[in-house]
Amino acid sequence: MADQRGKLTGLRAVLATAVYPLQQLISSPVRWLDDVAAQFASREALIAENARLRDEQKNLEARQLTFSSLQQENIRLRELLQSPVRIADRYLIAELLAINVAPYSHVFVVNRGAQQGVYVGQPVLDARGVVGQVLRVSPFSAEVMLISDPNHGIPVQVNRNGVRTIALGTGRSDRLVMPYLSGSADVEVGDLLVTSGLGGVFPAGYPVATVTAVSAQGGVFAKVSAQPVAPLDRIREVLLVWSDVTSGALPAHSPPDLPHAENQETVPVQKVQLPSLPGQQGDEGEGE
Amino acid sequence: MRANNPHGGGIIILMSILVAMGLNLLPLPSSVAVNNPDWVLLCLVYWALALPERVGVVSAWCVGLIMDVLTAHLMGQHAMAYALVIYLCIRIHRRMRLYPPVQQAVSVFFYLGGSQVFLFWTGRLQGSQEKPAIAWFAIVLGAIMWFPVLFGLRRLRRHFSIT
Repeated sequence: MADQRGKLTGLRAVLATAVYPLQQLISSPVRWLDDVAAQFASREALIAENARLRDEQKNLEARQLTFSSLQQENIRLRELLQSPVRIADRYLIAELLAINVAPYSHVFVVNRGAQQGVYVGQPVLDARGVVGQVLRVSPFSAEVMLISDPNHGIPVQVNRNGVRTIALGTGRSDRLVMPYLSGSADVEVGDLLVTSGLGGVFPAGYPVATVTAVSAQGGVFAKVSAQPVAPLDRIREVLLVWSDVTSGALPAHSPPDLPHAENQETVPVQKVQLPSLPGQQGDEGEGE
Repeated sequence: MRANNPHGGGIIILMSILVAMGLNLLPLPSSVAVNNPDWVLLCLVYWALALPERVGVVSAWCVGLIMDVLTAHLMGQHAMAYALVIYLCIRIHRRMRLYPPVQQAVSVFFYLGGSQVFLFWTGRLQGSQEKPAIAWFAIVLGAIMWFPVLFGLRRLRRHFSIT
């Protein structure tokens, strides 16, 4: 049980580094197959995909225009309320190693590790929603536990009305359950569940799952199950997230718990902290 | 034709265990992966029966530690399970060597089952919420796979005359 208490992390990291080449080796045929398939993709398919991606990018760029001004506005409003400001999250793309860690457990290995600044408990996302969190880190790889693992619970809230609860994994990649909702809770099939930000692991506001079944309403507890929005059994690439409020440990930034201890004095600092967004210069940048 | 082996074949034993680890980690679809037998344990059992003075409890423990890291278990779970199984194996290796392969496969069935039970049991102690679903078919398949492992590794051992 010494490992559980974190006394063997050093040895574990050494062993994990030692077996990393083996993991890479086993995972590589899948990657080669992908590469070969990409080589032989037909010209028409590539052209069509290119056009689709171009459209998508235009769309996203257009949205990005309003996003940055909205974000500025949000920060200002939050300053007025004197509530913590969440600065833009930083992402790193990580690739899953195509290895089968263990049957029944929903854990996978990604090819980023402590060398890239990955830390234990870091939230992991897909382009669509929350995937899981980092379980263990070694220098070049990290183990990620999916939200569908039976040992995993994630604090969520219903996007429509803000009802908060905890979504537990079931061991099936298409189902989460919420056993702690009272029978009178206002939850409907089709509701989007987003991270509530409680618990301090996941930043607030990322989509997690959509409610698929609500039963036994009127009893003490409702039986609610939901389907994760990220396709947990088909993901190949994930995003590792650094979020200022949750981690505060960004190397590129000023002292860790600044955003928590914020007040009017720190606000100017936070404004220049927005790193990766274009059009950040003017505070009154709404009219661009 | 006998290949010469400067290291007494230690490299070959190590390679066979590495290949077994690779087989354990094969990226199969999850419905198939549940039935993937524990190749590493099969391999260890063979070497413990064939060369009990070279592959023993300590090597089984070390291989188990690596398996724990590879399969995201707590360190010591596989190590303890493997060490126990190999201890049993070595205790009765004289008898087991004389068994016909079919009877050996039956014993291997119990070894694999015992290691699975131990893994689930330690998992529960650790507070894991996983359902205690033991992959019966993986154990049966592992027992069947004893034949290729036995004949394959025996051929390998004789070819490189590892003693």
